[in-house]
Amino acid sequence: MALIQFREAIAQAMAEEMARDDRVFLLGEEVAQYNGAYKASKGLLDQFGASRVWDSPISEAGFAGLGVGAAMVGLRPIIEMMTWNFGIQGFDQIVNHAAKMCYMSGGQFNVPIVFRGPNGAAHMLGSQHSQSFDAMLTNVPGMKVISPSTPYDTKGLLKSAIRDNNPVIFLESEMMYGLKGEVPEGEYLIPIGVGDIKRAGEHVTIIAWNKMLHVAMAAAEQLVSIGVSAEVLDPRTLQPLDEELIFSSVRKTHRLVIVDEGWDFAATSAQISDRVQRECFDDLDAPVVRVNSLFVPMPYAEDLEHAVLPTAERVVEAVKEVLYVG
Amino acid sequence: MAAEAKTKYDRDFLTSVYKEMAFGRRFEERVNQAYQKGKFAGFCHLHIGQEAVCVGVQRALRPTDYMISGYRSHTQAISKGMDPKSVLSELFGKVDGCVRGKGGSMHMFSKEYRFLGGHGIVGGQTPIAAGVGFAIKYDKKDDIIVCYLGDGACNQGQFFEALNMAATWNLPVLYIIENNQYGMGTDFRRVTSVDRLSKRALAFDIDNSEVDGMDFLKVYEHVGPIVAKMRKKPKPYLLEVHTYRYRGHSVSDPAAYRTKDEVAQFQARDPIATLGEYLKKSKVASEEDLKTWDKEIKDRLTEIEAFADASPKPALSELWDNVFAD
Amino acid sequence: MALVIEMPKLSDTMEEGGIANWLKKEGEKIGEGEPLVEIETDKATQEYESPEEGVLLKILVQPGKAVALRTPIAIIGAAGEKFDLAALTGGGTKTAATTPAAAPTTSAVPPKPTAKPVGAPFGTPVGAPFGAVTVTSAQAAPVGVGRVKASPLARKVAAELGVDVSQISGSGPAGRVVLRDIEHRSGSGAAAAQSALVQPGVAGAASTTIPVTMMRKTIAKRLLAAKNDAPHFYLTISADVTKLEAWRQQLNGAAAKAAKAGVAATKVSLNDVVILAASRALKVHPEVNSSWQGDTILQHAEAHVAIAVALPEGLVTPVIRRADALGLRDIAASVRDLAGKAKDGKLSNDAYAGGTFTISNLGMFGIEEFTAIINPPQAAILAVGAALPTPWVDEHGALVVQQRMKMTLSCDHRVVDGATGAKFLQTLVSYLEEPMQMLV
Repeated sequence: MALIQFREAIAQAMAEEMARDDRVFLLGEEVAQYNGAYKASKGLLDQFGASRVWDSPISEAGFAGLGVGAAMVGLRPIIEMMTWNFGIQGFDQIVNHAAKMCYMSGGQFNVPIVFRGPNGAAHMLGSQHSQSFDAMLTNVPGMKVISPSTPYDTKGLLKSAIRDNNPVIFLESEMMYGLKGEVPEGEYLIPIGVGDIKRAGEHVTIIAWNKMLHVAMAAAEQLVSIGVSAEVLDPRTLQPLDEELIFSSVRKTHRLVIVDEGWDFAATSAQISDRVQRECFDDLDAPVVRVNSLFVPMPYAEDLEHAVLPTAERVVEAVKEVLYVG
Repeated sequence: MAAEAKTKYDRDFLTSVYKEMAFGRRFEERVNQAYQKGKFAGFCHLHIGQEAVCVGVQRALRPTDYMISGYRSHTQAISKGMDPKSVLSELFGKVDGCVRGKGGSMHMFSKEYRFLGGHGIVGGQTPIAAGVGFAIKYDKKDDIIVCYLGDGACNQGQFFEALNMAATWNLPVLYIIENNQYGMGTDFRRVTSVDRLSKRALAFDIDNSEVDGMDFLKVYEHVGPIVAKMRKKPKPYLLEVHTYRYRGHSVSDPAAYRTKDEVAQFQARDPIATLGEYLKKSKVASEEDLKTWDKEIKDRLTEIEAFADASPKPALSELWDNVFAD
Repeated sequence: MALVIEMPKLSDTMEEGGIANWLKKEGEKIGEGEPLVEIETDKATQEYESPEEGVLLKILVQPGKAVALRTPIAIIGAAGEKFDLAALTGGGTKTAATTPAAAPTTSAVPPKPTAKPVGAPFGTPVGAPFGAVTVTSAQAAPVGVGRVKASPLARKVAAELGVDVSQISGSGPAGRVVLRDIEHRSGSGAAAAQSALVQPGVAGAASTTIPVTMMRKTIAKRLLAAKNDAPHFYLTISADVTKLEAWRQQLNGAAAKAAKAGVAATKVSLNDVVILAASRALKVHPEVNSSWQGDTILQHAEAHVAIAVALPEGLVTPVIRRADALGLRDIAASVRDLAGKAKDGKLSNDAYAGGTFTISNLGMFGIEEFTAIINPPQAAILAVGAALPTPWVDEHGALVVQQRMKMTLSCDHRVVDGATGAKFLQTLVSYLEEPMQMLV
């Protein structure tokens, strides 16, 4: 096993897939000579050259569409959005074109493209650089959405995303790029649509993904001191959701808390909550409780930002609520 | 007729061109009637008056070239090689439609004939075209892609982003602006800072020119050398074609924003009539020939319409097909 | 050949059209593509062009009238041509209500192939919670009038056990009956009686399967871990509490007098004194007030003494924080408070946290001595037996009867050695036999 950073997991996945298949290329702002704004593409230009790793102009709509066109005729683009806050400039091409092309062309033109980049808040970046977009992106048929939390999951899932013949949205996190984790030495892939129990437990299921997974794990540790054994479930893929894993966990613990960085209204966690109440109604001893960001544009001041985002303390309170304690 | 043709063009070539344009005209008229009879609904944007453009451009291309367009594209699709039966069936939402009823008027696609749609987002096709050019160059082929867009689309941001990338990276894209003078009901001069849309190329140092789109021969002779040059040395080109649509923006549009005199002026330069006069003058065809061909076309269209009428509607189970590729 | 002109659909949202104005008269010639009539749509008035050349033979709809789409409005044909109107138009105009089939012919949406079938919303045979119950007792528990709030899981479990959920007192928000209320119901009188009455299908069964509660699971897990991880050894000693008991009776007598006079004063139990003495002894012997940390041993600065409280559903150990600094009455009050709250299920989680030593007393059951299991991460636990009149040989060799109480200290040998534990017990006994020593 090797201990690598989240950003290295991304770079390794891309390098391995680019070496394996010459149809794969990477395009985005600063990905080549600068080695990536967050160094997620470090070394790729040196390894593969300028015909495979492209520095783009600041034209998210334009280069998202360019990726779509290239994918329609047989290439396999990886399009990097420097952050998904900028990526929404490309929403038209992603949602109206990439996601719908296979369907509206009667299956004639599929779009094997990956749109990847960091999602959600970092640290004191202000409202325009802190939004989490998984709710909007999971709400469109025709695309898959992945949001991993560890280097291991990232590498295995990004490889699968690149090999998938459909548009895949890959949501990373600026705050996790330095996170270290173990990955196997040899090649491995993780299937899209399969979740992971990060911590087995009995009394409550806590679902969390991306950087919130680590908040959930911290909460689970705190809960030990009051005798609560929490099961932490990381869906890893948000669209499609691993519903069977979620249902089996909730049927075991009877209680669900979801930690979701997005604002609560029409969030991904609202979807999970609805599915659970629908399919596991008789197994629930309490309503599903969600811990989301407060419904305000992200403020700059540190304490204010801290108050907005979900914390382990808020998760612990939510768990107590569903356990009817304290 | 034994009379010798007084033209530098091959008579079969001219005959087939005339028939193709006449067919395009009658096809669109038949489509209009079908809409008025309630045989299909939704949007329908007719190409009547602009036949010289699609036929003139197509004659300069070869089968491995790609084509992409906006939503006024029935005749473009047919010129590219698609079976009119599949186009009309698609309009009627039937199983024999080119995309099995999943697309409709604005989403004609053919992998076989390299017609990449049929797009409903104004200007959305322009970066996709750049992406196809990118792929052509990536594989070092000498194919080109023709990207049709309208005068309205010339002001969409994605178009500028696409032009910039196409020019920076020397992509073999022939952007053809069919300037039919009006966006929906807005004269383009009211909303565009330049009076000649070919000038859009100047901001990006792209080669450009203009041509009279009401005359097949002018279009054909103008486009041929452009395409030949592009194959030898890939770079983008912007061609403004001056043309006119006799009908409103769509079948719902009574076109009250134009005077009848204006319409009449363009009708006086009708491309089919113009070529017809040329054929007669060059002794390639007589007036009787033209009338006979017209009748043959109408009979053929009756047969095509009957085919589309008889084609079954898609089964409800097809609703779930092709959301994703395997 | 005469051609029927029908009201055309001139806009995507048009459903009927009005004739505004005929541009040709009957009998007039008309060319292909020439405007024939002005039609009012939902959006505008538009010209409609003739699809054929010929003569306008007949106008069927007059200006000012509106008709549905595809209604015949005119006939075009050759000059002087005869035609059969009825045959051509198929008889009668369509009413405005019928529109040509642009709407889908079926409204059913097919289910997604991989979707689960939709379950029956009512009448699922899980077991109706109110089904098999006969309410025989007039003195039913004071709940259950009208709609019962219960979690779906509680209802399901109640149904499985044949329990009437309306008879259960709910501990959830707004009196919601939740799982633990079903599980704990055997402690509540009327509900227990009910459940004894309503056991459909278990007549003659010898054993009962009791679902393991969360609490019991936790107890099981923790104590198993304690037994596995901490190498236990046990030290037993007894104390002559004759003097202590006399002193205690005095204290409580004074308290009773004060209470009669309206002054609140807590009564103290023998166990309260043991807690007091043990907490002072822990200050003298901090080695016993410690925790194994793997590479280090943490000696706690204060003695937070946990007391074992037996509840019907299991053992809990709420903590008296800083017991070493509390006086006897405060300790007594604290014990009352914690035990009471524990029985009511109202203890907060902080109440269980941070204990450094535990005292368990089974004296009230007549147990003479016993060994207890250490609560990790503590290093020791004191098991206190009953204070009994005991024949004893005093220091003069005479046979006497003393009130003696046995105590057994379980020690984690990783932290506490035999001598250390023994010295602690010696100190403890000296405090119990000569309570005044605690004052110095």
